[in-house]
Amino acid sequence: MSTLTIIYAGLFYIATLLLVVGLAYKIFDYSRTPAPLKIPTTPAPVTQTGVVYRMAKEVVLFESLFKSSKWTWIFGWLFHFGLLLVLARHLRYFTEPVWFWVNIVQPFGKYASIMMVVGLAGLLARRFLVDRVRYISTPSDYLMLVLLIVIGSSGMLMTFVAHTDIVALKTFFMGLMYFDVQPVPQDPILLIHLALVALLMLIFPISKLLHAPGLFFSPTRNQVDNPREHRHVAAWAARLDQKN
Amino acid sequence: MAAAEFDIPEIKDYIEVPKLREGAMAHAKTFLAPKPVQDFMGYPHELADDWKESALEKMGDLLGKYRSLKVFLDACVHCGACTDKCHYYLGTSDPKNMPVARQDLMRQVYRRYFTTAGKLFPKLVGAKDLTKDVLNDWYNYYHQCSECRRCSVFCPYGIDTAEITMAGREILNHIGMGQKYSNEILGKVQKIGNNLGLPGPALLDTLEGLEEDIEADTGVAVKLPIDVKGAEVLLVTPSADFFSEPHVESLIGYAKVFHAAGTSWTLSTHASEAGNFGLFNGNYETMRKVAMRIRDAALELGVKRIVVGECGHAWRVAYSFWNTLTGIGYGADDPFSIELQKQLDPNYPQPQHICELTNDLIKSGKIKVDPSKNDDLIVTYHDSCNVARASRMGTEPGGQFIIPRELIKSVVNNFHNMADDTIYESTFCCGGGGGLLTDDLMEVRVKGALPRATALNNVVKEHQVNFMATICAICKAQFTKVLPKYGFDMSMVGGVHQLVAKAIILD
Repeated sequence: MSTLTIIYAGLFYIATLLLVVGLAYKIFDYSRTPAPLKIPTTPAPVTQTGVVYRMAKEVVLFESLFKSSKWTWIFGWLFHFGLLLVLARHLRYFTEPVWFWVNIVQPFGKYASIMMVVGLAGLLARRFLVDRVRYISTPSDYLMLVLLIVIGSSGMLMTFVAHTDIVALKTFFMGLMYFDVQPVPQDPILLIHLALVALLMLIFPISKLLHAPGLFFSPTRNQVDNPREHRHVAAWAARLDQKN
Repeated sequence: MAAAEFDIPEIKDYIEVPKLREGAMAHAKTFLAPKPVQDFMGYPHELADDWKESALEKMGDLLGKYRSLKVFLDACVHCGACTDKCHYYLGTSDPKNMPVARQDLMRQVYRRYFTTAGKLFPKLVGAKDLTKDVLNDWYNYYHQCSECRRCSVFCPYGIDTAEITMAGREILNHIGMGQKYSNEILGKVQKIGNNLGLPGPALLDTLEGLEEDIEADTGVAVKLPIDVKGAEVLLVTPSADFFSEPHVESLIGYAKVFHAAGTSWTLSTHASEAGNFGLFNGNYETMRKVAMRIRDAALELGVKRIVVGECGHAWRVAYSFWNTLTGIGYGADDPFSIELQKQLDPNYPQPQHICELTNDLIKSGKIKVDPSKNDDLIVTYHDSCNVARASRMGTEPGGQFIIPRELIKSVVNNFHNMADDTIYESTFCCGGGGGLLTDDLMEVRVKGALPRATALNNVVKEHQVNFMATICAICKAQFTKVLPKYGFDMSMVGGVHQLVAKAIILD
């Protein structure tokens, strides 16, 4: 087994482990932290079903962002849904036989990469061009976009220009999944692509990418507007009642 | 002390998003609370040597108690959606008044001390040490936020800067940097029973005077009862309603409504304040202590219903938090809640907003009104932030927008809304909410009122509007003081029940 294979196999095992453990910890931490007061941003749904609908609109359509900034919404939505299709397409490297719906998504996923990179480029341009956004941007904000753009464009390069050995790549990942490590293909573009994906996985649980799980725990969005009908008390606050 | 000089912004045809002017409001610093005020609240009055450790410890404590704080500090991606949404940014062009930048004042410290990335690579992720400079920024800019939640409407993750501001003020209080204005008021309400510090006898005197005025004016003996045991309704209203103009006109309106409907009601000396500045400081226990006075009064007087007068943040606390804090509401089976629930009339929402009550009475024909009495007025309505974005009226979402407007339209013939992006959930704060209604923040207040003044100016020009109704004591006080700086007459601001008072037919 080549050193390169050992490095990449190790990298993906560690990245996957940290991604899963890190996210699981964060989700556990969010869920154990109480929300002691009813603070939905109103008008808010008055039923749990209504909350599911509100959250679905946020997750799928980015409803609040649509209200606030059409440019950010267009670029943000292009990027996220491009990414979703691209990720769905990538499932074919991890499944054997490939799930039927992945085959259906496959051709769309190919071109969704364009959506994704265009969206990212737009978001990056806003960071430079809009003075308010430039003011709030940290180095990591720019680097995160650059990282995603390089991942996206290196992937597009392999899809549209310099094809990589997909069969060998699939053998490598299936091998990782069944703990039977196979050689990683020695294509420089692929190696860059994979290294950056691993980096993205590593930083996910310690960066602003936590907006993904965070949204589901946001009390202003996920609470039912029913404070007059139901008493809502956190455990630490309920103890105050007993002192009376 | 003379007020600092500053330029009054010019009203344009529409609300402009200004270019950044860094440090434009760095000088605006509200007065610090002195020792006696802090002592009463149980806070220190100056920084101790270990202020930094103490601040970080408090921050850790709050992060464990409030999911909102933890999620909001993690989730922001700096997308910039909120940057042009805050009235204080629009009015001052100080970038630290952009919601995300205001949050970042705390987020940079959170990242430095509570996150892996910020501990390892502070520069990369914009993490900063907690220094005196940062602390001063906290004090200045967490007192240039009215906790109005407009940013939370537009954030893709629902991040509510108000939650960060409240946490910031709580930490500041904890290490000895309290705000004089809010903490003095919290002292008065706990010692005397209301924010203005009116003792019981003064209150009784005022109410008697008002009864005489109403009778002289209408020939009808409308009463303003107080501390009446066995009354059906306990009315809890902001204490400004007892003494300030135009607030008192609405109090007269409530009294006339109860009189016309034949409902027995009472005020309470013990709970002579609906406002709860505990909300502004983000301290749960303070907010609970202040709210508990209302529960105590309700139990003492044996009332069946609790109704809240025109006050924005009070309605947020009443509607959203009273059930949690004091058991005023339904749906609990613990002994603390049941004690009160068994006394309350389940045919009514508890607490109920005075606009819900009056609107129901008019719609069901139980009280009669003559809208032509208000024909001298062309009216618009200012949605108060806490009512709009932190509460509800009626049974449907958005009832907080519909019910006050239905009520206004039933008592006036001429009504026009302001521009859509300045009302309903997008309403602009008056500029004086959240504990900023103090003279030492006059520049912040005046500039923060610019978006609302612009929207108002447009309906004045287009529809000759000459009255802006609102249901918040702070909005009323702020607008009557600040709108004249923009050339409006202070008498064009008043309460919804001020309009009801004129139109209602008394027998």
